[in-house]
Amino acid sequence: MRTRGEQFLPFGLLLPSVGFLALLIVIPMFQALLLAFVAEKGGFTLEHFQQMFGDVNFSDAWRNTVLLLILIVPLQLVLALAMALLINSRFRGHGFFLYIYAIPLAISDLAAGILWLAVFTERGYLNSTLQNAGVIQQPIIYLSFENFGGILSAIVIAESWRATAIVLLILIAGLQLIPRDFFEAADLFGADRIRRTIHVVLPLLRPSLQSALIIRTIFAFQTFAVVFALAGRNMPVLAGEAYVWYAGNRNEHLAAAYAVLLLGLTVFATVVYLRVLGLREAEVQR
Amino acid sequence: MNARVLDRTLIYGSAILLAVWVLIPFYIIAVSAFTPQARIFDFPKPLLPTAFSTDTMQFFVEARGVVPSVINSLLVALATIAFGLTLGTPAGYALARFHFRGREAFQVIVLATKMFPIAILSIPLAVTFLQLGLYDNLLAVALVHTAMALPFIILVTGGVFVAVSHELEEAAQTLGCTRWGAFLRVALPLALPGLAAAAIFTFVISWNEVFAATILTLRTRTLPALVLAGLGTSPLGFKFAGGLFMAMPAIVFIFLIRRYLMNLWGSR
Repeated sequence: MRTRGEQFLPFGLLLPSVGFLALLIVIPMFQALLLAFVAEKGGFTLEHFQQMFGDVNFSDAWRNTVLLLILIVPLQLVLALAMALLINSRFRGHGFFLYIYAIPLAISDLAAGILWLAVFTERGYLNSTLQNAGVIQQPIIYLSFENFGGILSAIVIAESWRATAIVLLILIAGLQLIPRDFFEAADLFGADRIRRTIHVVLPLLRPSLQSALIIRTIFAFQTFAVVFALAGRNMPVLAGEAYVWYAGNRNEHLAAAYAVLLLGLTVFATVVYLRVLGLREAEVQR
Repeated sequence: MNARVLDRTLIYGSAILLAVWVLIPFYIIAVSAFTPQARIFDFPKPLLPTAFSTDTMQFFVEARGVVPSVINSLLVALATIAFGLTLGTPAGYALARFHFRGREAFQVIVLATKMFPIAILSIPLAVTFLQLGLYDNLLAVALVHTAMALPFIILVTGGVFVAVSHELEEAAQTLGCTRWGAFLRVALPLALPGLAAAAIFTFVISWNEVFAATILTLRTRTLPALVLAGLGTSPLGFKFAGGLFMAMPAIVFIFLIRRYLMNLWGSR
């Protein structure tokens, strides 16, 4: 029945997207390496990287990026897990709540930063509420360079608020793969909800938790607009430095060095991801 | 109070608490953006708005570059949808219908691109686009956004075509349709709602994208690029109105694609 043409049809259908992605990903990756490793006068050089590592903001950017990662990712996992377990209990109206929880999925990190700026700015709603409640006598300045803890907390809250939705969807998908019998069996043996969650659900959810963890880690390297919106240049991060060196200082070589660093971190995390999950498990499931 | 009632109170209580956490920034930005310009620095502000005015929004809309940047954002998003669906729908269809050699490899590629920081690549791409005469050009931004959206389009359309029974297509073929005709007349109409969802999510990706849009343009800004470039200098009211403008579509768009949410991130 199958004609020869039919045999090649799937490849013909895939070719446009594979070709396009190759053009837009592989070529710029080489271009990035060229920009970062080739000197102005030609020839291999490490001067751009030396300049990057030696830059006053580099160690801060590196520290801040990692710090944000360490603070944000666990918070997101806990929040998303709470949301996912609730939704998965299929109470009446759970679809409506899933919709609400998923809304930040369509918010950019820039918009999220501005939304929370209205909360954390000096005469914003957090200070107003605290003052109205009589907790403080005058506004606290959260977003000043002198208040590192304030800036950090604001960014952690804004970014956790925004990107929890992605983790939520990954975890719900993972929960849906767990047969309902498991929950019922645990009920039968008298496990209460908390013990059931810890001993039955979490181990079965491990692959989803791992992929959520690694996806969020990779995205954390790209964090920048939420930081710019809340802290301006007071809190350098790696992706922000790449942007500043390109758009502000017009130095595409140094910007490319940052890009290569970020790409390297991403590739490393992706390899870990595929390794940990195993290729079979990482297959896209429908 | 029996255990069931307690249980339900607990569930709804926490569900509502989490919903408030998600929704409260929307409320605050809406109140801020509709506060009269002169009252933005009032302190302490009441949590319930006392004065409503559109003059902050008006100031934003009338500010230099805002209207053109919104138009640019819309143009880029529409181009991204056109490119993305043209490239991605066939791939999604192939994944849904065929078992072929290299299928798994392709799925890994889709998975890897979904996480790949394509925005970062706009730095080297900007140099290439400069040589091609595409720098500060909306087409360049649309191409990068297409690469970002493509894996999601493939996943969503793949899921959509799996749900459309292939037996219907085969029936059409035995009744005299060509393969292409069967796709066009049977599978495509049935898949339309799903394809619309893919288009909406593509719009969201493009409408929100900041990094590539800022790097690849200089004067032809999209809305997020304009707002980002002005962060250091623009007044608070401008930022609030811009934030509201960028964030509000999310509430509508996620509602429209709520049935397809699991296709976007559900598959690892």
